[in-house]
Amino acid sequence: MWGRLSLDALPHDMITIGGVVGGGLALLAGIAAITYFKKWRWLWTNWLTSLDPKKIGVMYLVVATAMLLRGLADAAMMRAQQAVFATGDGSGPISADMFQQVFSAHGTIMIFFVAMGAIFGILNLILPLQLGARDVAFPLLNSISFWLLVAGMVLMNVSLAVGEFSTAGWLAYPPLSELQYSPGTGVDYWIWSLQIAGIGSLLSGINFLATIFTMRRAGMTLMKMPVFAWSVVGSMLLVAFAFPILTATLSMLSLDRTIGTHFFTSDMGGNPMMYVNLIWAWGHPEVYILVLPAFGIFSEIVPVFSKKRLFGYTSMVWALMAITVLSFTVWLHHFFTMGSGANVNAFFGIMTMVIAIPTGVKIFNWLFTMYRGRVKLATPMLWFMGFVVTFTIGGLTGVLMAVPGIDYQVHNSLFLVAHFHNVIIGGVVFGFFAGLAYWWPKFTGFYLHEGLGKAAFWCWLIGFLVAFLPLYVLGFMGAVRRLDSYDASLGWQGLFIVAAVGMMIILLGVLFQITQVGYSIWKRKELRASSDPWDGRTFEWSTSTPIAEYNFASLAPVMYRDDFWEQKHRSRYTKPVGLIEPIRVPKNTGIGVGIGLISAVVGFAIIWHIWWLALAAVIGGIVLVITATLREDTERIIGVDEIVATEKRLRGTK
Amino acid sequence: MLIQPSVKSQVLYSTFAVTSDIVDLQRDLYDKRKGNMKKSVKPFFSPWRIIFLVVSIIVIACLGTFLLLDGKNIAVLNPQGIIASKEKDLMIFTLMLGMIVIIPVFIMLFAFAWKYREGNTKAKYTPEADGNRLIEITWWAIPLIIIGILSVVTWVSTHDLDPYKKLTSDTKALTIRVVALQWKWLFIYPDQGIATVNEVRFPEDTPVNFEITADAPMSAFWIPNLGTQTYAMNGMTSKLSLEADNVGEYRGSNTNISGEGYAEMDLKAIATTRHDFDLWVKNIAGSSSHLDWAAYEELAQPNKKQPVVYYMLHEPDLYAMIQHKYMDDQTMNTQNSDTMNHEGMN
Repeated sequence: MWGRLSLDALPHDMITIGGVVGGGLALLAGIAAITYFKKWRWLWTNWLTSLDPKKIGVMYLVVATAMLLRGLADAAMMRAQQAVFATGDGSGPISADMFQQVFSAHGTIMIFFVAMGAIFGILNLILPLQLGARDVAFPLLNSISFWLLVAGMVLMNVSLAVGEFSTAGWLAYPPLSELQYSPGTGVDYWIWSLQIAGIGSLLSGINFLATIFTMRRAGMTLMKMPVFAWSVVGSMLLVAFAFPILTATLSMLSLDRTIGTHFFTSDMGGNPMMYVNLIWAWGHPEVYILVLPAFGIFSEIVPVFSKKRLFGYTSMVWALMAITVLSFTVWLHHFFTMGSGANVNAFFGIMTMVIAIPTGVKIFNWLFTMYRGRVKLATPMLWFMGFVVTFTIGGLTGVLMAVPGIDYQVHNSLFLVAHFHNVIIGGVVFGFFAGLAYWWPKFTGFYLHEGLGKAAFWCWLIGFLVAFLPLYVLGFMGAVRRLDSYDASLGWQGLFIVAAVGMMIILLGVLFQITQVGYSIWKRKELRASSDPWDGRTFEWSTSTPIAEYNFASLAPVMYRDDFWEQKHRSRYTKPVGLIEPIRVPKNTGIGVGIGLISAVVGFAIIWHIWWLALAAVIGGIVLVITATLREDTERIIGVDEIVATEKRLRGTK
Repeated sequence: MLIQPSVKSQVLYSTFAVTSDIVDLQRDLYDKRKGNMKKSVKPFFSPWRIIFLVVSIIVIACLGTFLLLDGKNIAVLNPQGIIASKEKDLMIFTLMLGMIVIIPVFIMLFAFAWKYREGNTKAKYTPEADGNRLIEITWWAIPLIIIGILSVVTWVSTHDLDPYKKLTSDTKALTIRVVALQWKWLFIYPDQGIATVNEVRFPEDTPVNFEITADAPMSAFWIPNLGTQTYAMNGMTSKLSLEADNVGEYRGSNTNISGEGYAEMDLKAIATTRHDFDLWVKNIAGSSSHLDWAAYEELAQPNKKQPVVYYMLHEPDLYAMIQHKYMDDQTMNTQNSDTMNHEGMN
């Protein structure tokens, strides 16, 4: 009846039990608090069922933050193991099997739930506003995407309490991830949490592309869009083209594991090398899916904090598009050591280096935006400076590894680990922290505390360098990735301890950030910000704070790039007249929540081979979707009087 | 839409009211901020202080690194064979080339941030400047030239360092077949009729042609002091040609996760004199441990911390038999023709 599920699936070792109990208690405390304050209805109607991208965006960020804490906890466990227990006799608190689950979970969580969650969060919050639009192209689909990500996240975390997680690394190469070598449920958890979250990402990608191509304000031609929107075009094109590859690859691996096909097994004619190719044909564009929006964020921040136009807009756009296209032509550099011929390796190596050209151009353009500007070193700008330092180091080590002859000596070593953390933390994470500090006052009406923000920045930057520069050296010493133990005589422990100290400095930075948010909420009156606190250039700053549900009362056409800036500072600017008309906004619906819930149940049932439950849930899902399509009363119309009243209230004018 | 004609004039009026309100409000705020800007304080970090700070951090870091690394084997930077030393030179060359871009970027970043800081009202300020064709062409061109040079180097070096390319030498090459198991390395010496586990010996200054396969999840064979790692995969052979310049004992390991005991899957690579090597082979050939299919199957059971073992090879086709576990007839044929094509290309 319950497939493979039995009481044995519950955790046995103290650390996992501790994690489950801790997580469970936090969840219970949350539920108790909501019940005590009688906030369930408020939560349901104002948040969970909302189709307002500004609210969905916030929910994405909440999920990403929670997962960031779990991912950091995993990282801390790995650093502790390698600094303290790895040279011992293996009797430390973390067994080899558990260590492998931890690093597999760390990678999966950080990429799929933290980075992707943060991207889609920021996109939901910012993109429609920057385009001067009132909503995304498909509001319900947007909600469904979010709940699919949540479903994947839930499955991922359920694996902690029920069963186990994959031990095959974040990309689960076969044949290790095949039944022959991984018979447990771990790889299935990995497959299904990614499969479900991945479909959510694909739908989001299509949604945001459609938003950009159809929802821009009149007059905003593509070349008048903010560069952030351009970066989203690149990123979402990659989502639309790369995520189907992931879906197909995971499906094939899943079929191998559940019904005994031989797509990727190493016997019976299967080909594991095909999997490695396919997963990186998704995986390399994925890197750019993450980093392009971060480039976009910096392209917004640097001009604003330099009080100057962005230098070389056209170059920036071309560079973004070049990176987008090129990122599909380099996947093989992840496995130069698989034995492709010299021609193939050299080709992919050169293509990889070519990406450094447009990336370099972007950095020069940002620097020349600062040139002859008035640079204000507020926290977003500090994150930018930190980004340039760390990202260029990461870029340099990336170019090193793009040369096959060098890659042969550093591949899969800690050099590689240091490199990709260099670009992902230095690029993506710093980018999102910059964006968070920059856009926070727009959505809350108050600044984040500047001093705590700077403290957090310095901890992150220094902690990052202390944690990852030693890994480059360790890589040269022959230390490979994913080691739960090593011989003490190798003399690696000192550097691992330094890396662990770096990790602690980063954790201190995270502590500062949590304090910063809490303190800023507490002192929100003193930190009050206007609706345009940084003298912004793009449309989101033209709205009131808090932003009305419909974003913009009127849709006056756009005349210039940085139209809002021109409005404020060009004296002869004549503002075109926009009509105030009744606005249609989508009504709340629980369909997204329902589809997410059903997907999680389907995933769980397949993982544990509870076929009747899977079937029932799939039928339930089909019924739900059909019912959803029959819904007619989907929109609410906000009348002119209400709009005028709202505008007056929010803008505080008479 | 549901607009009634009678409301339209009121709508128009309120639009004007709202939009002009916004603009006025923004202008107001902007002017206020300008007023505040004048009061801005002198920054705490002067350039000299920053330079002092950075230099002292670098000095401390270098000192610390030196102390931590003193007497340690930084294998990749301490090549003991021709492949590893070519790879090290390639790395240093590429690093230097990269510095041509990195150093100006760092200098410009800090110089611009300092010179054009908000408080420095003496610096030039051109808020409307948004491009300069000449400058932009320059920095499309500079990286392009650097990458162009590097591309040529990459093409040549990739062919030169192709692991399938056999090293040439006056001394006759030695063939060693490598099988990655869970979690140990089996080395088969077809010409000497011996086999070893977790230790591989070969004479110095002699090309060693490794033929690498696996009877395990994908693993990777890497001896950092000698250079180039290669994946080991079921039913397939990867080739790798290495040479040790000096007598010595070098650590090797698996770089690709292959299950629970992966971290302990180390090997010892020992380069000896020709005389010592021959002696070593002779001793093993006289020993009593035999490696046939049954003994292999026992050895292939997953285990951790496998000690070094020497065998006489009693099953000359052992390597082929291990590969055939993963092949049906068809894949065997394609495999053979693939190999031929590849060799034809080189």
